[in-house]
Amino acid sequence: MTDQTLTAAEPAPAAAPRRRAPGRHLAGWLLALPLATVLGLFLVLPIIMIVIVSFWGATEFSIYPAFEFDNYAFLIGSDVTYRVFGNTIKYALITWAFTLLIGFTVAYFLAFHVRSLTWQIALFLLCTIPFWTSNIIRMISWIPFLGREGLANSALLSWGVIDRPLDWLLFSDFSVILAFVHLYTLFMVVPIFNTMMRIDRSLIEAAVDAGATGWQVVWHVIVPLTKPGIMIGTIFVVTLVMGDFITVRFMSGSQAANVGRLISNDIALLQYPSASATAVILLVTVLMVIGILLRFVDIRKEL
Amino acid sequence: MSKVRYSRRSMLKTGAAAMAATALPAPMVWGQETKDIVLRQFGTGVSNLNDVANKVKEDLGFTLEMTALDSDSVTQRAATQPDSFDIADIEYWICKKVWPTGNLQAMDTSRILNYDKIVGIFRTGKLNPTSTIAQGTAPHTVGFVEGPGGTEFVDNESGWMTLIPTIYNADTLGIRPDLIGRPINNWSELLNPEFQGKASILDISSIGIMDMAMVCESMGEITYADKGNMTRDEIDRTIAIFTEAKRNGQFRAFWKTFDESVNLMASGEVVIQSMWSPAITAVKSRGIPCVYQPLEEGYRSWGGGLGLSSNLSGMELDAAYDYINWYLAGWVGGYLMRQGYYSAVPETSKAFMTENEWGYWFEGKPATDVITSPTGDVLAQAGETRDGGSFEERMGAVACWNAVMDENQYMVRKWNEFIAA
Repeated sequence: MTDQTLTAAEPAPAAAPRRRAPGRHLAGWLLALPLATVLGLFLVLPIIMIVIVSFWGATEFSIYPAFEFDNYAFLIGSDVTYRVFGNTIKYALITWAFTLLIGFTVAYFLAFHVRSLTWQIALFLLCTIPFWTSNIIRMISWIPFLGREGLANSALLSWGVIDRPLDWLLFSDFSVILAFVHLYTLFMVVPIFNTMMRIDRSLIEAAVDAGATGWQVVWHVIVPLTKPGIMIGTIFVVTLVMGDFITVRFMSGSQAANVGRLISNDIALLQYPSASATAVILLVTVLMVIGILLRFVDIRKEL
Repeated sequence: MSKVRYSRRSMLKTGAAAMAATALPAPMVWGQETKDIVLRQFGTGVSNLNDVANKVKEDLGFTLEMTALDSDSVTQRAATQPDSFDIADIEYWICKKVWPTGNLQAMDTSRILNYDKIVGIFRTGKLNPTSTIAQGTAPHTVGFVEGPGGTEFVDNESGWMTLIPTIYNADTLGIRPDLIGRPINNWSELLNPEFQGKASILDISSIGIMDMAMVCESMGEITYADKGNMTRDEIDRTIAIFTEAKRNGQFRAFWKTFDESVNLMASGEVVIQSMWSPAITAVKSRGIPCVYQPLEEGYRSWGGGLGLSSNLSGMELDAAYDYINWYLAGWVGGYLMRQGYYSAVPETSKAFMTENEWGYWFEGKPATDVITSPTGDVLAQAGETRDGGSFEERMGAVACWNAVMDENQYMVRKWNEFIAA
């Protein structure tokens, strides 16, 4: 409104440059508005709601607004919470180590061994083919494979490697981590491959000219330059594994629990406040992990 | 173009109906309006079948909208969304959680035509005058309130019913006789080290704890005053026994859905586990031997029923009573009994079953011909008899009912500890 009064008061020629600055300013805000609205409505608001509900109380069949610390007190006081968080972090760490190793190797192969761009793209697309089916299908298909009378056991038996079926193949931490690695390795491959493709090849030539061996090139040139990709991949894998409860439930045969399962159990039993409190603690944990990771890399430079 | 014609035609039709309505009194109007009534029912997939909705439309004229949910969502909806349904198809033990919310209204038994024929367990708790009442949330204990608007359950036939019993059964352990190769007669076999790594129990706390109690009692470790209402100490001891067994690798997996239990059994991962009767049928229909083993200590039983939303009134309420009377008149009962469940009024179902089916499912006689499900799957061959025998033998041997305990929240926390152990 002030803007308009000003324009009306000033003579026409002088008004043009004056109007320009606030106009641009407004356009910027308008451009940011849709995304801000979407994020506000569907991300910030629900999180605020979850935080509020985490202080509410619950009975068998109802929840009532209150401000009490019961939910948190119970969570912090129970050793189940610590065990389950320990389990969650264990899954995240082991999965991270495997996905990093496999993801780095695959990306390295694609970026530096495959010479033609066409083949690089073709092989890269090949990696994504399993993702044409749903997560759950890919996960569940391990169950008949790893089962007591499954393909893996019958193959090992017929080769004479073992004389009785291996029970630990299915419904164990092994099968949980196997499924996690299978499901999430691509999230490591993509960002690492992306950063590797941006590495200036002349740096590698220079290193070789200076007498570096193959390992030295990888360790002293490629790994440091790939660090941002590794960090982005790490953020993907760690957050996905920490939030995933379906994989843990199916692949452990419900025998193991992570934080996600704790939350889903609470929801099933109408204990929304307690589920919210657990969710808040999980969110804080994940944000802390990401905060630490971001200290190692400037993500803005990457984007 | 066709739209215009259609609307003109429907206008003519409405006009004709209006004229008929003015010319002829009430019945015509009633008939017309019944067609517009829509009753919304929700419940578990066990009894919320499209076949029933279709038959209602055919026999009674009004529309029944069915929503099938899992047990947890059923409780949730009945307790928190009273406006979202007219008829709640819930289990008796859930009644304890839902009734205090005031979302359901009591039913006048004088309006229920077959009330006198409803089996005794839902009215007095006794199947026969001589039988003992099982532990847990027995249906008759939550079956009646003192009057319309009553919030307290009463232990006599007060004339005001909370739920109309519709479907129930007796559960036990399922076994793979081919992989076990010896008779199984007791619940304690679930924790027998012989089946280490080959046992399973269901991960639905309020049902699982009852199976656990049956096992602990059978082992002679714990004697419960009431398995359906344990003290904290009893809960601790029960969970401790199972946690120890879990740490020793007794369990292969826990299951939460029907399909999971079927797959565990069919793939041979598990040879003995908590199971539900239709899951046994599903395993058998794959050509894999599976038995719903009658055990000496008896069965853990469950029952479901129809409750009316407190929002129902007037013509909708009348339609709901019509529906309930129709429900107990036999067609649904026959449909459910031919799947292995029991109907609240078995004698009316008899008319909708063949003599062979009645003999096999209800009387425990050997089948004289192939037994098929309502959808046509072969369930048994001639000469076979039903696991556990006749209705009296099975329902007469119920040791406890699924229940909600006073210490439910404590039990749930302990259950979570067991799963995370």
